[in-house]
Amino acid sequence: MRLTVFAVAGASLAVLLGYAVFGLPPFGTFHGPYTDYLLAHAVGQRHGTNVVAAVTFDYRGFDTMGEEFILFSAVSGVALLLRASRDSEYERPVDAQPVESLTAVGLLASPVFVVVGLWLVAHGPVTPGGGFQGGVVLAAGALLIYIAGQYRGFRTATDEAVLDAAESVGAGGFIVVGLVGMGLGAAFLHNFLPYGRIGHIDSSGATAVINAAVGLEVAAAFVLLVTEFTEEVTSARAHRKLRDDADREGA
Amino acid sequence: MSVVVAVVLLGCAALGTVVVLVRDPLRQAMVASGYGAALVAVFVVLRAPDVALSAIVVVGAASPLLTLLALSRISLDAGDEDDAADDEAVG
Repeated sequence: MRLTVFAVAGASLAVLLGYAVFGLPPFGTFHGPYTDYLLAHAVGQRHGTNVVAAVTFDYRGFDTMGEEFILFSAVSGVALLLRASRDSEYERPVDAQPVESLTAVGLLASPVFVVVGLWLVAHGPVTPGGGFQGGVVLAAGALLIYIAGQYRGFRTATDEAVLDAAESVGAGGFIVVGLVGMGLGAAFLHNFLPYGRIGHIDSSGATAVINAAVGLEVAAAFVLLVTEFTEEVTSARAHRKLRDDADREGA
Repeated sequence: MSVVVAVVLLGCAALGTVVVLVRDPLRQAMVASGYGAALVAVFVVLRAPDVALSAIVVVGAASPLLTLLALSRISLDAGDEDDAADDEAVG
């Protein structure tokens, strides 16, 4: 019965979807008024050669602020929930001897990821990349230390107090940039820094500052998320070991 | 060009189906990562390098890692229940 319903519904969906897809204009030929305007004027107006960054951090900067706060509240929520349910006192586990080749690859790749991440954030307004992309790559650089089997090293590199501060400064920095524009008598998020020479990383005024704030926020948020998850697992494991040991002594 | 688009879209559909068909969550986390790689190919072909860059890290590292950690935590709880069952059996 279920299969019959699925077959009918699935076939109808496939036919309609296929019909719709073949009716689409070919990729790269779309001409909407917004697209045409941005392609013609964005570089001249905003001096950033990555029009995607000009749209996300400037023309539609307010939308991006909302997006950033979705990530911020989600990760803060995870941190609040998991920290509340966890005892703060437990012995951090000693790293099991990991596979040497895995450790070597992980620890060699980690700084490469960090450099690439910083590069992506810094060049966001100029080339593909930017705060979100560079931020996740930076976070991956930190996660590689954990994947390499160095849990203690990972936790030393990612101090929770620093992460909390970095996440908040990144999220708050976005608003501060918006408010400075307002304080100078323009609209919220209005650019207040001089534009530079087109193609240079300092060319796009306040967009570069927002971009860097987003990079900081995203990197901290991702690392914090994984940190909370790993703490949850290791603390549960430590408690279990304590209880097992107590059981054994009791027996 | 449209042939390339068709190939990457079909690859995405195929891998998406495999993700659903694999029932073991541990394997599913890995296969979902492969499905993400197919998605990255789609973004590259459709000339969205910005999206492709973030997708590589999110589907390649962050999301499988979080899934594995969650599974590890759940299996600890499941282990507790096994112990409780053992205790009752012994008692």
